[in-house]
Amino acid sequence: MKAALRPGDAAFANVEKVNAELFTLTYGAVVRQLLTDHEDVDDVNKQLDSMGYNIGIRLIDEFLAKSNSAKCADFRETADVIAKVGFKMFLGVSPTVANWSPDGKECSLLMDDNPLVDFVELPDTCQGLSYCSILCGVLRGALEMISMRTEVRIVKDMLKGDDVYEIRMRLIETVPEELPYKDDE
Amino acid sequence: MPPGSREIAESCLDLLNIELVRSYSEQLKGRPELAGRRVEAIGFQVGQQLVERATKERPRFADHLEVIKFICKDLWSDVFKKQVDNLKTNHRGTFVLQDTRFRWLTRLSSDVPPPGTPVSPSDTPAARASAEAGAYLYFPCGLIRGALTNLGIPCTVSAEVNQLPACSFTIKIKP
Repeated sequence: MKAALRPGDAAFANVEKVNAELFTLTYGAVVRQLLTDHEDVDDVNKQLDSMGYNIGIRLIDEFLAKSNSAKCADFRETADVIAKVGFKMFLGVSPTVANWSPDGKECSLLMDDNPLVDFVELPDTCQGLSYCSILCGVLRGALEMISMRTEVRIVKDMLKGDDVYEIRMRLIETVPEELPYKDDE
Repeated sequence: MPPGSREIAESCLDLLNIELVRSYSEQLKGRPELAGRRVEAIGFQVGQQLVERATKERPRFADHLEVIKFICKDLWSDVFKKQVDNLKTNHRGTFVLQDTRFRWLTRLSSDVPPPGTPVSPSDTPAARASAEAGAYLYFPCGLIRGALTNLGIPCTVSAEVNQLPACSFTIKIKP
C-alpha cells in the first residue's frame, strides 16, 4: 500500500518551483551588497532580519492559501507545522523540532541541510555575520500575522563550525485577534 | 542533496525580489536612481555567477551572436522558465530581446485610478505599467549584464514594458 503524501510533501509538490541555485546566489549577492553598504556587521544582521520580517508578513498568505493546514491548537502544534509543512513547502527541507522548554513556549528548529548556504563560506572578516538571520525575520513576521508575537534567533550556525543550524523560537504572547468592526455595523 | 539539482518554491525568489526593491527604495528614499543601481549591482553578481556555472562544460563561443543566443535560450530558460520570443539586431552591436510573457512580471498588477480621476494624455495604462514595473527590472537588467560581461561582452542593458507582462531588453555592446 502506498503511504499518503505527508502534508509538507503535498504542499511542496503543489507549488511552482525554481532551481534553488538561482535563489541561493541571489540571497548571497544581497548579503554581499549589504556588507558593502553597511560598515557594521550587526547592521547587516538587523537589515537581513527586517527584510525577512517583511517577507514573512507576505509569505504567510501564500502558506495559508496553499498549505491546507488546519488551525493549530497551541505553540507546540504551530512549531510542528512550521517545520514539517512551512519549511518543506518553501525551501524543500524539514527541520526537526527539539529542545522544548518545560513551559512549552520555547523550542528549536534543527536542520543540517539548508539551501540558503549552498556554496557559502564565511571569510574571517565576517565572523560576526549571522548569514541566515533572514529566516528569523521570516518566522517572526509570519507568526505575527497569525497573532503570535515571538522572538527568533539563530543559536547554532554551521557556517561557524557548528554541526547543525539551530533556530530558537520563543513565544512572547498570543495577541487576541481584534476585528476592525463589530458584527452589527 | 548535491547543489544544482535542488529545487525550492518559486515564491521564495519572488518574495526576495519584491523585498529587495522595497527595502532599497525605502533606505534610499527620494533617490530612486541610486536604489536602482544597488539592485542592479546585485543582479550583476548573480548573472556573473550563474553563467560561470552554466558554461563550465561548454566550448568557447565563436562570436557575439552565439553568446546572445545562449542568453536567449539557455539562460532565459534557467532563470525565467521560457525562451525569449523574439530577437532583433541592427548588426551594429545593439540587440533587442522581446519576451511576451516575462516571468517576473506575470504576478505584478498595476493600479487603476479611481473612476472620475482626470486622466492626462501621458498617463496611459501602458505608461503607468511601465513606471511601476520599472523598479522590478533593475535586477534582471543587472543579471543579463553580469552574464554578458562575464562572457567577455561589456555592454549596457535597459528594459522597457509596453503592456504587462510583455517586456523587452535592449543590449548595447560597448565598442
